[in-house]
Amino acid sequence: MIKTIIKKGAYFDSVSLMQVAKKLNAIPGITDSAVVMATKENKGIIKASGLLTPEILRAGDSDLAIAVSARNPAAAASAFKAAEELLNKKPAQARDGADRKAAGLGDAVRSLDGANLAVISVAGRFAGALAAECLDHNLNVMLFSDNVSVGTELALKKAAVKKGLLLMGPDCGTAVINGAPVAFANSVRRGNIGVAAASGTGLQEVTVLISNEGAGVSQAIGTGSRDVKIEIGALTLLQALKMLAADPATEVLLIVSKPPHPQILKKIAAEIKKVKKPVVAVFLGGEVKDKIKDNFYPARTLEEAAYKAVCLGKGWKLGKAREIIYDLNLKAAELARKEAARKTKSACLRGLFSGGTFVSEAQVILPELIGAVRSNAPLDKKWKLKDSLKLSGHAVIDMGEDEFTVGRPHPMIDFSLRNKMIISEGSKKEVSVLLLDLVLGYGSNPRPLEDILPAITEALARNRELSVVASVTGTETDPQVRSRVVKGLEAAGVIVMSSNAGACRLAGEIIRLGERKKK
Amino acid sequence: MKLFESELKVINIGLESFRQGLSDAGVKSLQAEFKPPLSGEAALFTKAAKYHSRIQKANKKALGKILQAKPALTGMGRALDVIPGMKRDLILHAGPPVTWARMCGPMRGGIMAALMYEGLAGNPKEAEKLAASGKIKYGPCHEHCAVGPMAGIISASMPVFIVKNEAGNNYVYATQNEGLGKVLRYGAYSPEVIERLKWMETVLYPTLKRAIELLGRVDLKSIAAQALHMGDEVHNRNRAATSLFYRAIAPAVINTAADNGTAAKVLDFINGNDHFFLNLSMALSKASLDAGRGVKDSSLVVVMARNGTDFGVQLSGTGGKWFTGPAVVPDALYFPGYSKADANPDIGDSSITETNGLGGFAIAAAPAIVQFVGGTAADAVNYTLAMYEITAGENNIYKIPYLNFRGTPTGIDVIKVAKSGILPFIDTGVAHKNAGIGQVGAGVLSAPPEPFAKAFEFFARNLK
Repeated sequence: MIKTIIKKGAYFDSVSLMQVAKKLNAIPGITDSAVVMATKENKGIIKASGLLTPEILRAGDSDLAIAVSARNPAAAASAFKAAEELLNKKPAQARDGADRKAAGLGDAVRSLDGANLAVISVAGRFAGALAAECLDHNLNVMLFSDNVSVGTELALKKAAVKKGLLLMGPDCGTAVINGAPVAFANSVRRGNIGVAAASGTGLQEVTVLISNEGAGVSQAIGTGSRDVKIEIGALTLLQALKMLAADPATEVLLIVSKPPHPQILKKIAAEIKKVKKPVVAVFLGGEVKDKIKDNFYPARTLEEAAYKAVCLGKGWKLGKAREIIYDLNLKAAELARKEAARKTKSACLRGLFSGGTFVSEAQVILPELIGAVRSNAPLDKKWKLKDSLKLSGHAVIDMGEDEFTVGRPHPMIDFSLRNKMIISEGSKKEVSVLLLDLVLGYGSNPRPLEDILPAITEALARNRELSVVASVTGTETDPQVRSRVVKGLEAAGVIVMSSNAGACRLAGEIIRLGERKKK
Repeated sequence: MKLFESELKVINIGLESFRQGLSDAGVKSLQAEFKPPLSGEAALFTKAAKYHSRIQKANKKALGKILQAKPALTGMGRALDVIPGMKRDLILHAGPPVTWARMCGPMRGGIMAALMYEGLAGNPKEAEKLAASGKIKYGPCHEHCAVGPMAGIISASMPVFIVKNEAGNNYVYATQNEGLGKVLRYGAYSPEVIERLKWMETVLYPTLKRAIELLGRVDLKSIAAQALHMGDEVHNRNRAATSLFYRAIAPAVINTAADNGTAAKVLDFINGNDHFFLNLSMALSKASLDAGRGVKDSSLVVVMARNGTDFGVQLSGTGGKWFTGPAVVPDALYFPGYSKADANPDIGDSSITETNGLGGFAIAAAPAIVQFVGGTAADAVNYTLAMYEITAGENNIYKIPYLNFRGTPTGIDVIKVAKSGILPFIDTGVAHKNAGIGQVGAGVLSAPPEPFAKAFEFFARNLK
């Protein structure tokens, strides 16, 4: 059936009307429609489509005609109602400046006056060329993308050094620049501690510990994990040290890395020597034996490094760092005794981590408490797990390794695979402690509690002797709010520690005490 | 170092969620779109970069000639008499070369109409047979210093405007616009179509010819520049330009017409067709761009044209070689009774306006038609802004009021297109895919990637 409405003296431009007609055609039961000013020409056009009715024929140039071909009266009525709404709709406000997307890099540089940092997270095969273009535009670059070749990384870093620009990455997940969290980063206090880190999780952990202890971060520069390898020669780390040394807001430097290649370590040491400010360094799994300079402070763990930096930054005696850790240890020991007391047998520890650096730190702390710990990312190849899905003995797993992440988001975002392992490992009789990390902040899972609690609750229900120990890397000003997450975990029976090192010590202590009881 | 001492301002390319942390910290950031490059041959980009300064110099030279061009309407004539290489058995069409077998419906219809108009066929059946017989030759308008909208058909007897680049002494020819409805350029071939063409040949043409002779010349560049300030982009909207042309020509028409009745009819015809200026807009664009042809090592695009089957591109530095790929169907708003299923793939030489920094490239100047681009005036501004990413310069004459009279993006650089993946933006009329029906809508589209990828690869490979 053809139904029409005439609206006398209602002018609309033809393009708006065509848009209305387009939408009417999408209404179920409407096979065709015309929304036109009833001019002679338009009458001719709608005659051809069979929608011309006597009413429209009688209407004049300044009248609006709406005609629909509908399957039934109800469809026609709903079309007229929709037409009315569409015609009366206020146009969207023209958007200016701020919310516009730039068409490309050139447009962006022109549009954002004074732009000084580009954050690149496009597919790796395009990222190198794009980063080079950003350097051409005199932008500092944070290259989040991975799968950038070593050759490209080296070329980019050389170009950046030449121009005095900072090139963070590739595969740099996190940074804090001028107080702002970039990519996967936490909302931390500003302060006088400048961080240079070849490890993303390491950077997050030390900045969070510093901030939660009441100190603050001036800058936190990520270098990408390959930076300290022989092929790259720590180009970005060295530049970061220079920049932090020259930055008036930075009074203490903190370096976080896995052990660099020995030749590269020499270069780093030479640069550290040049810095007048105190320098704290943690090379997880490696030790700096040389006394590089008087105010150089090596640390074994991220926690130790962070608290040492806090003391230096606050002008406290360095012994205060030991005191803080000692107090934490004391608390951990008490909790461990309680946990160990309710166990009838001793058994294994399983660490399921989303942050790779935490797996290294666990392997620095756990062996002296419980002996050999296997891993899919071992500090010592001797302890390499044969199969990351079949765990035996004490084991710590990096779930951010490629074997777990192919075709799925990073475990800091997508908990599903780890949740499965929490349940399967947690319910095994031989497992008495589950060790976990939860990394909060921008980029990470926005609803960590809602996602992880069901798995933990199920594991605890299936294994009455299980202890679940976790660290929460986050601050009160992070979007997830640290205290809320901690409260939720504790209510579910999880023992939460302030740092990964603390969680590792507690987990190890529970096992150790269990062993002693057996004897 | 500067970074730590200045206000952090971030360009974010990739995951948009990274802007949240920055905005919570009060840091200004701007999302930049990223598109993969059109060519996977990274070595060719490296090679082009190696020749960068030489290409820049060549492009500057070519763009200079394009910008300095002074296209003016200087006369009219019969196609056979004035168009280089025109023959009785030759029919010119829009876009890159195409055989009868591969031609789309509207182009076939237009050719059939032309054959009947020329008296070479008595009815559509005969016309179709003759068209396919091999006795009629076909050639692109662009290979004969001509341009035509939609099917772009020019046959021997058709009257054409003569547009001269007074700065370079090159000429371009274009037919008179027939108006809307059932018209040859959309592939209609019914008796009324032929009748109108005959009237245009016997009444419109001589009258306009005499009027132009009286005036000596009509400055087309100035009309286009003024029209941009009056809401036209002189491709899909020519209302202002047609009005300006009318004002320029009307007194001369009245002074030289055979009689008052003829003068009135001719002026009424121009007045009744908002697109009368389109063919002139296209001719002035081609007259400017042709001046930039043949500059060695220039990667500037001097032709974008479609024949309804293929989209073709020519570069300044690669001579008459066409680079082609399949034409796409525009996103359009359709007239009542029609839908995308009825639409023919993109057709016509009218994308020469975009090549010249007008049309879709100047759509920020045409708020009245911005709803074609998705609704708001800001979208149109963004389309124009995006085109600066792929052009070698800004126009010195065509300016956009909203952008503080910034010159329109002009001189498409195929290297920038290939590298950024940003494709030229075209606004256009849409033809029915079957011959004889006519226009079914109007809309916008991005040019297809293939011709630009091929052009870039050929250009870069042959740099030496």
